[in-house]
Amino acid sequence: MDILRFATAGSVDDGKSTLIGRLLFDSKAIFEDQLEAVERTSRDRGTEYTDLSLLTDGLRAEREQGITIDVAYRYFATPRRKFIIADTPGHIQYTRNMVTGASTADLAIILIDARKGVLEQSRRHAFLTSLLRVPHLVLAVNKMDLVGYSRERFEEIREEFTAFASKLNVTDLTFIPISALNGDNVVSRSENMPWYLGTSLLHHLENVHIASDRNLVDVRFPVQYVIRPQRATDHAFHDYRGYAGQVAGGVLKPGDEVVHLPSGLTTRIASIDTFDGPVEEAFPPMSVTLRFEDDLDISRGDMIARPNNQPQVAQELQAMVCWMADGVKLTPRSKLTIKHTTRTARAMVRDLHYRLDVNTLHRDEEATSLGLNEIGRVSLRVTQPMFVDDYARNRMTGGFILVDESTNGTVGAGMIMDAS
Amino acid sequence: MLQRDYTTSQLDVLEAEAIHIMREVAAEFERPCLLFSGGKDSIVMLRIAEKAFWPAPIPFPLMHVDTGHNFDEVIEFRDRRSAELGARLIVASVQESIDQGRVVEDTGRRASRNRLQTTTLLDAIEEHEFDAVFGGARRDEEKARAKERVFSFRDDFGQWDPKNQRPELWNLYNSRIRKGEHIRVFPLSNWTELDVWDYIRREGIEIPSIYFAHTRKVFERDGMLLPDSDVVRRGDDEALFESVVRYRTVGDMTCTGAVQSSAGTVEEIIEEIAATRITERGATRADDRASEAAMEDRKREGYF
Repeated sequence: MDILRFATAGSVDDGKSTLIGRLLFDSKAIFEDQLEAVERTSRDRGTEYTDLSLLTDGLRAEREQGITIDVAYRYFATPRRKFIIADTPGHIQYTRNMVTGASTADLAIILIDARKGVLEQSRRHAFLTSLLRVPHLVLAVNKMDLVGYSRERFEEIREEFTAFASKLNVTDLTFIPISALNGDNVVSRSENMPWYLGTSLLHHLENVHIASDRNLVDVRFPVQYVIRPQRATDHAFHDYRGYAGQVAGGVLKPGDEVVHLPSGLTTRIASIDTFDGPVEEAFPPMSVTLRFEDDLDISRGDMIARPNNQPQVAQELQAMVCWMADGVKLTPRSKLTIKHTTRTARAMVRDLHYRLDVNTLHRDEEATSLGLNEIGRVSLRVTQPMFVDDYARNRMTGGFILVDESTNGTVGAGMIMDAS
Repeated sequence: MLQRDYTTSQLDVLEAEAIHIMREVAAEFERPCLLFSGGKDSIVMLRIAEKAFWPAPIPFPLMHVDTGHNFDEVIEFRDRRSAELGARLIVASVQESIDQGRVVEDTGRRASRNRLQTTTLLDAIEEHEFDAVFGGARRDEEKARAKERVFSFRDDFGQWDPKNQRPELWNLYNSRIRKGEHIRVFPLSNWTELDVWDYIRREGIEIPSIYFAHTRKVFERDGMLLPDSDVVRRGDDEALFESVVRYRTVGDMTCTGAVQSSAGTVEEIIEEIAATRITERGATRADDRASEAAMEDRKREGYF
């Protein structure tokens, strides 16, 4: 059994909570005591139906204000897969939350109300999904029951959205007509839409092929932690020196020739160690410990790659940045801390090339700053060389965060462009 | 071309993620510690720590906030397991906090030291100057926890502010804090109760005996089975009876209920959990029943 992480985009009005509630309920991930609590609260508030959004709105402030503040993570499993849902709210601060939820997602579900069709927010959701390189996109056309299960309406929406998506980097796009309220095409195929020949949403989630979404070609191993036991009592490990980390790309094997960055020196992998014994190969997302044949000076923040396939070594970074801070704006000459893989350095904004309107994709080249939830093309100068790939090629070696040096808050998320 | 699919099981993915989180903390913080109660989640967390740094010893101490109302079997397990690993165990005592007048104990039949733990915990974090504290909490446990970060920032007063959390992207964690502040780190955030049990089975990890079915004298209160013990105040109208029970969670005797069960092995426990229709905290924790936002309120104050 493997894991599928997916993000859901849409507002309560689109039926997002109802859809999530149904997936959780039908997979028995909602328990009786949770359902009773929701029923009790719904009754107390005089709501006639059981308000499944109460299951996902967890915080007191949210219940009091009837809004969702933050990304909530939900879990369910079927015999085929374990699922992690990043449930992101659909209103203010939407961009920040959706970018956060999409950063680790294998798939995104965008909900569209069949009566309203493709709205500005649907286009925004699709753009963010493609910006964050979520490999699979599902457009769930919801409330089909309210348009008489009309095939024409579904096709209309499909055509309109397909035309828009052709401007984006969407590699796998699936359209599913559903009614979250009635359960049509959610868990099982609907008898109300015999014209729809595809699978149910859950069937799609269970079967979409994600194993090859990882980069298994470019060997990338950011060194995270140096393990040196130096226990006098344990002679077997007295001279042990291992480099621990999580594989960010490629497949590593003992005997492979590798290059260490920044030194550029080459050596061979002597052994790939784990607590459970040495392994014959390591690939993403495994956490392992490497030992090398030669004694090199290697520390946290360094990178292991292949001599004939190395990341870009750069102190000038070109990136799309999503700004996430409430007060301070990003402007040229802003100084920030950057964290990329296991390497932390200081960064200065050299230039803001343009600000992107996430609804129209218009590039505003006159923009002088990025505020909360705004996205722009930025160049950064970094105090140390970074070992980067295009975000489109590898999310682990192409993504970074920016930290405000006075508040210590995480204020930006960046995606490397044009590294090669 | 690749010859095979390179698929990874859900437990391997969760373990790799948790190991990454632990190493990140060890690399970026000065004084981390790991909260170890002898409960199943902290036992799994301890195994992950053992794996993350092998063959080196775990590079931080363990800490238990001991209410003095814990099950003997669990305390015995806690001490034995820490000794086996050669780990340093710090016991922060709620009784000492009471004796020093830092907290005042509730009175009455429903008195519990659950809430008092927060003061003891925060005092210990301050005393030892811990800047990162590992906890075994999972997001599937409770709805406030569903929205908490893996690296959860705590201010000078140990408080959690749910409306002002740092965005968390990819596998990049922000460890920046000022002196006096700290980060609570939850490496098992993405695990479910069933994942924890599957992992215990796969790894063959030992757990305290009270997780398995045994005969115990109990009484019923609010639909929960509480144990017969000196520290649990029982009313005359609350009759004792003998029952075959096990514990689904391990906490304070005063607020942890047993469930009727005949599950005597990890396999049987997994079967039982897969079929259950009640959440673990709903079934067994009086501390979460105080109000709809009981966990959120305690977390804001600095609770685990």
